[in-house]
Amino acid sequence: MHSILIIVFLPLLAAIIAGLGNRMLGNVAAKSITTGALFISAALSWPIFLGFLSGSAEAEVVHVLDWVRSGGMTFDWALRVDALTAVMLVVINSVSALVHLYSWGYMEEDPDQPRFFAYLSLFTFAMLMLVTANNLVQMFFGWEGVGLASYLLIGFWFKKPTAGAAAIKAFVVNRVGDLGFMLGIFGIYLVFQTTSIPEILAAAPAMSGSSIGFLGMRLYTMDIIAILLFVGAMGKSAQLFLHTWLPDAMEGPTPVSALIHAATMVTAGVFMLCRLSPLFETAPTALMIVTVVGAATCFFAATIGTTQWDIKRVIAYSTCSQLGYMFFAAGVGAYNVAMFHLFTHAFFKALLFLGAGSVIHAMHHEQDMRYYGGLRKHIPITFWAMMAGTLAITGLGVYHLGVGFAGFWSKDAVLEVAFARGTEISVTAFWLGVVAALLTSFYSWRLMFLTFWGKPRWIESEHIQHSVHKTPAEAGEDTTGGYHPHESPITMLIPLGLLTIGAVAAGQAFAPSFLDDAAFWAGSIFYNPNLMAAMHAVPYWVKYSALIVMIIGFVGAYVAYIAKPEIPAKFVAMFPWLHRFVYNKWYFDELYDAIFVKPAFWFGRQFWKLGDIGTIDRFGPNGVAWVVEQSSVAAKKVQSGYLYTYALIMLLGLVAAVTWVLF
Amino acid sequence: MDGFPILSLMMLVPLAAGIGCFFVGANAARWLALIGTLITFVLGVLLWANYEIGGPQWQFTESAELFAGFKYALGIDGIALMLIMLSVFLMPICIMASWTAIQKRVGEYMAAFLFMEVLMIGVFAAQDLFLFYIFFEAGLIPMYLIIGVWGGDNRIYASYKFFLYTLLGSVLMLIAMFWMVAEAGTSDIPTLMQYDFPVGAQTWLWLAFFASFAVKMPMWPVHTWLPDAHVQAPTAGSVILAGVLLKLGGYGFIRFSLPMFPDASAQLAWLVFALSMVAVVYTSLVALVQHDMKKLIAYSSVAHMAIVTVGLFAFNIQGLEGAMIVMLSHGLVSGALFLSVGVIYDRLHTREIDRYGGLSINMPYYALFFLLFTMASIGLPGTSGFVGEFLSLAGIYQVSTWVALICTTGIILGACYMLYLYRRVAFGDQKNADAAAMLDLDKREWAMLAPIAAVVLWMGVYPESFLAPMRADIATLDARLASAAPEGDSQLQAGPPREAAANAVPEPEHGEGEGAH
Repeated sequence: MHSILIIVFLPLLAAIIAGLGNRMLGNVAAKSITTGALFISAALSWPIFLGFLSGSAEAEVVHVLDWVRSGGMTFDWALRVDALTAVMLVVINSVSALVHLYSWGYMEEDPDQPRFFAYLSLFTFAMLMLVTANNLVQMFFGWEGVGLASYLLIGFWFKKPTAGAAAIKAFVVNRVGDLGFMLGIFGIYLVFQTTSIPEILAAAPAMSGSSIGFLGMRLYTMDIIAILLFVGAMGKSAQLFLHTWLPDAMEGPTPVSALIHAATMVTAGVFMLCRLSPLFETAPTALMIVTVVGAATCFFAATIGTTQWDIKRVIAYSTCSQLGYMFFAAGVGAYNVAMFHLFTHAFFKALLFLGAGSVIHAMHHEQDMRYYGGLRKHIPITFWAMMAGTLAITGLGVYHLGVGFAGFWSKDAVLEVAFARGTEISVTAFWLGVVAALLTSFYSWRLMFLTFWGKPRWIESEHIQHSVHKTPAEAGEDTTGGYHPHESPITMLIPLGLLTIGAVAAGQAFAPSFLDDAAFWAGSIFYNPNLMAAMHAVPYWVKYSALIVMIIGFVGAYVAYIAKPEIPAKFVAMFPWLHRFVYNKWYFDELYDAIFVKPAFWFGRQFWKLGDIGTIDRFGPNGVAWVVEQSSVAAKKVQSGYLYTYALIMLLGLVAAVTWVLF
Repeated sequence: MDGFPILSLMMLVPLAAGIGCFFVGANAARWLALIGTLITFVLGVLLWANYEIGGPQWQFTESAELFAGFKYALGIDGIALMLIMLSVFLMPICIMASWTAIQKRVGEYMAAFLFMEVLMIGVFAAQDLFLFYIFFEAGLIPMYLIIGVWGGDNRIYASYKFFLYTLLGSVLMLIAMFWMVAEAGTSDIPTLMQYDFPVGAQTWLWLAFFASFAVKMPMWPVHTWLPDAHVQAPTAGSVILAGVLLKLGGYGFIRFSLPMFPDASAQLAWLVFALSMVAVVYTSLVALVQHDMKKLIAYSSVAHMAIVTVGLFAFNIQGLEGAMIVMLSHGLVSGALFLSVGVIYDRLHTREIDRYGGLSINMPYYALFFLLFTMASIGLPGTSGFVGEFLSLAGIYQVSTWVALICTTGIILGACYMLYLYRRVAFGDQKNADAAAMLDLDKREWAMLAPIAAVVLWMGVYPESFLAPMRADIATLDARLASAAPEGDSQLQAGPPREAAANAVPEPEHGEGEGAH
């Protein structure tokens, strides 16, 4: 049996056992089964990845079961393993295994643990189906499957009304994207008569000049198909306009945010673009749109990140912004660079989320950074892990020394390649990316300073007040309120430690393979050696731009939150409208509520009351009843004895039929 | 199984059991009905097992001349086989669902269900036009009774509406049948399916049949009987209504309208598309604002049936097969959803959504089943709902991108109203003490829901089992329609290749770069 079958289906099996066994099975058994399954999957994934790194492995497809055969449209359940899949396998299974382990500690007191672990394993299975898909429909299966798991996990604490609302929002906004994905698949079938990914990719270049009708317009075939697919990617990867669900998704438990809403699921859109990169290469207009949307998201989300108080929301907007980087890297044609940033980001963003979870755990479920402060000495291990994550995301590294944290290698590559591509749009994307890097550094250090430096402001938090049974007035001078934050248990610290290694070293270790080794990718994505060469040849000021803005952001955050903490309030007072606009997330939620949600309910009520009842029923059945009542004697009979009338009419009809045939 | 009249036997068993129900006590009637329907189901399994895929189009044929060319003729193809299987599968579940809920006139109630089973098998197996008509119309009589006698408070109005809508269509269809028999000289359905009616007459015949099938479907705007009928019907009545009776419309289109009047079907496809597009958006939005669970699911049925009609009139294999799978899937899923409503209705005696909440806490297994059926209803891949919807929409995309776009919005709207329902029922806090005290599923309810759940997943993961028997019949129909099939609006045209994006990056000259990583 091929190991990929175990890697993919073991988590499903574990999810079923833990989910159905639930309370009968008990917490420890359910947790051991799911966590054990994931560690086995992770252990089996690394040899596959290393096989591709060393060049000894070959791409293959393992057929599992026929799925649908309908005329010319056929697709199977099959597992594809190539270099691109291998990268995703190690990311998904490693992070998932660590998150399972971490959840032993984080969810210790939850009454519903088997369900939680079952959902986590189910998610992992769906994500694995997505990345091993050999046809677009199985990819869609995984795509929607991770959506289901995400829905269930965001709504895991379903008693909270906000959790239920956030879960629906995530599912529905993703469905908007899925509409595009589905139409894209239909378009592809129409053009290529297949949904098999390798066959599509082989046939795509020949179609580059063809045109097709869509909604009455005449468009380049490949452009419209790629745009429709990209709409799907925008939904899953929370790009501008379809991003509104991601911050709300933070209602889920923090390990979920780390696994699904940072490291894996949200990167599915980037993965899709890379998997279909030869197709996207035949669609220049679509790639332009990808670049614009990616760059816009990367900037827009970073601005919001600078104003939020909830520690998880800051990291969520940061994720949104980093996904923007990956998209514009793909948009300029550097899919390997996009995958590299996806890879390093998975480690440092999972680390940041799990670190935040450790802080939240220490602070009695308080998530508001205004009530943190001075935690450096109380939870030192968490602090150092978060520090590594922050240095990684802000991209500390020096080009001439050839050393740097993970984010340095991948983010610099994204910026350089955008500059090197040299079109107006790609250079604009470069500049937006540089500004976003400055903002990234600012909000990341702001998070660190507010959380770990300064004086404790804990007693203002209601969660802490509940814990120490004191009000701020009673606590008096002691702003800790007598609360003692405690370092997290070992099950949470081990994942932090391992991810720290990734956040520090993943860039350095894998840059040569991801960036410069066409043989490593072995055709699994579109690899452009000219572009890579141009990337390495950009001027030094481009190569140092990210480091420079990182330092500016760091200094800005230091001044605003440590040296002169009165500055942020002054700034807000000076530009109240700007702060309001950014703090309220550019008013997207309000806008969508006004143009989609409210009208949907309004139209629903009108169609029901005025359409169905007021018009159709009024002039239809009720109208007939009224006419019949008006027309005397027969009425009563029809009303009360309709059944006999009906039978009689039928009988008369049959008699007539027989008569007709006979004579 | 050669020559063995299994179809007649499948009708005889429930007929005998139904008659028996009149003469025994309440409890005996329940057992008699359950055993009768289970035997019929076993016969159905035998029927499926012996159905020869790739064999003759019409199998298990029986024929007896009655009088004047009027024949008792039965026989099935793969399409009829699947719909018969759906009926006989749901029927024992319906009997179980009524086990404790029905307390008055139990014998008559069970008899009504058993007679309905007879007539439903008959309608899918009939090979004679007038025999079909009898089964088709008579099948509704037990349904009127079930709503009118065992229904809710407003049952008279509901059955009146049901009656009125149906009557109009039936009369027109019957007249059309007379004309057809006179023209073709036979009432044999397989013969009529190959007969080429004059193109001018086809339009009128098509419209007459359409009047009947559109009501049964139901299509917008003749759908308003359905929410009332569902709300008033007892749980099992709703299951059969959604599971089998709504399939008569789709079956009618695929058996009569499309093969007998292909040209008219092509000419009037725009009408079907227009009504279906309205239905998807309109009824989905109406479903969103419902307070009554059964009404919500009833409106969602109208939206799902619109996917069936666009699939059927896409005139290609994916559309037709997709439409059939949507019908089978909807029969299972909406049936299961009505059963799920019934489970909690039996405990609290209200269909008001707001009276529930937080059921995941006290009824975790119920919440799990309800979640599965909710997901199947919104077409999550891996469930039956996805396969049908995906194929239907893929089929219609080849004809019209506009229709495909509008109908695909159904996947968004469906998620809205179903998840909103699920959230209000299963999520949230336990705000009502009586709802919070409800017990989880008992053994009888497990026995009702678990088999449906299994088939929903089976059809989602390996639909080949269900597609294979219908493949040849759909291919035959597709071939019959080929001459009339419309051209799509996509009109793919080749053109000179564009410059690949990658070519825009020149190879850099060596030695110019300032360094390398």
